[in-house]
Amino acid sequence: MHTYTMQTTEGQTLSYTDHKRWWWLLSLVNPLIPLFGVAGHLLTGNELWLLVPLILMFGLGPFFDWLFGEDENNPPEALVPQLEEDAYYRTLTYLTVPLHFLTFFGVAIWVGSQPLTWWGFLALTTATGFADGFAINTGHELGHKRTKLETWLAKIVLAVPGYGHFWIEHNRGHHRDVATPEDPASARMGESIYKFARREIPGAFQRAWMIEHERLCRKGVPVWSLQNEVLQSYLITAIMQVGLIAAFGWIMLPFLLIHNFLSWWVLTSANYIEHYGLLRATQPDGKYERCQPHHSWNANHKYSNLLLFHLQRHSDHHANPTRRYQSLRHFPDLPSLPIGYYGMYLIAYLPGLWFKVMDKRLLALPHVDGDLSRLNIDPDARAAIYARYRQTP
Amino acid sequence: MSKYRCPGCGYTYDEETGDDHEGYPPGFLFADLPEDFVCPACAVRYKEDFIKEAD
Repeated sequence: MHTYTMQTTEGQTLSYTDHKRWWWLLSLVNPLIPLFGVAGHLLTGNELWLLVPLILMFGLGPFFDWLFGEDENNPPEALVPQLEEDAYYRTLTYLTVPLHFLTFFGVAIWVGSQPLTWWGFLALTTATGFADGFAINTGHELGHKRTKLETWLAKIVLAVPGYGHFWIEHNRGHHRDVATPEDPASARMGESIYKFARREIPGAFQRAWMIEHERLCRKGVPVWSLQNEVLQSYLITAIMQVGLIAAFGWIMLPFLLIHNFLSWWVLTSANYIEHYGLLRATQPDGKYERCQPHHSWNANHKYSNLLLFHLQRHSDHHANPTRRYQSLRHFPDLPSLPIGYYGMYLIAYLPGLWFKVMDKRLLALPHVDGDLSRLNIDPDARAAIYARYRQTP
Repeated sequence: MSKYRCPGCGYTYDEETGDDHEGYPPGFLFADLPEDFVCPACAVRYKEDFIKEAD
């Protein structure tokens, strides 16, 4: 087992062992889950196998979070630099990229060439859409890094679900505007995930385009050029997806539309739960305070941490956006979700239940202390929320 | 020509080289960056947070 050690200035030895080190290899299994269904169908001829990927993802996810519980692996801050240097971890993210392509094309070929029932088609397409939501998650990890290799891998993997603008709008837009009403990727109190999605999906694309437009104007380069980092990824998407339509015909249209949209929906789900209702205070100079640890919701379950590259350690990610996933740290006294992301997504899909679970958590946060003026509230829900909690706007 | 470092992530703006990716040519002064400039690497820190490095 690999242990990182150092001597502190006081002469003590600090050490850390990542007990999840080899478990991170699960991230190479994840992108391939839809192919298990295809393989089962291919080998047995029984189309019920196409339901297996969905069961693995959404049935087992919350169950494994409950079973394996909290993740006690938490590196000391002083040892983070050593963890960052360990190339094993970043290699895993590189390797997921071709795996996402393998799954995408494997499933597309199966859908395009086999006579499937409507439910077999839907189950397989849905599972692949969710699996390529993981592609957006990997694109998130890669896209935050400063090496040319990793930013290119981000653009390439984001091409699979057709979400090439994401890393730009996320790094330069969401991280700048997080937990403010101006951020389409931060959910407001009283806003259901469905309402949020109608704001987030177009708003994020527009923000990416605007950011990239400004950058290219400064460089004196036309927006419609191959230097446009949004268009680079979308060009790869166009080649792949139009190519599939040309090869397999009209059946690819519903496959691609459902697949792409569900991948985006996975990202929408993550965005929705990560900052729901939280608000950065406005400074006297009119700018928002810098993002603080209490501006993110966190979870620390071992299983979902493994599948999401520690995305759930969200406060540390916003404090240190360029920090590699293996080094992200958990802090106990921060806004916490009651269960891991997979379970929270299911709750979010039932808005009545979501508001019941989360609104009281929002109000109970120490920095909020019951004061609605400290929260990011949906204007359409404002009056009702203030009335419910008997406060005056 | 000076260097200015983001205290959060370590991104450094070097006035001598500028930042080609961002569209700031060599010699572009830090002071002339837009007032709403945020760190291009982490987007957490504002322009006023950057620390001028000793020459």
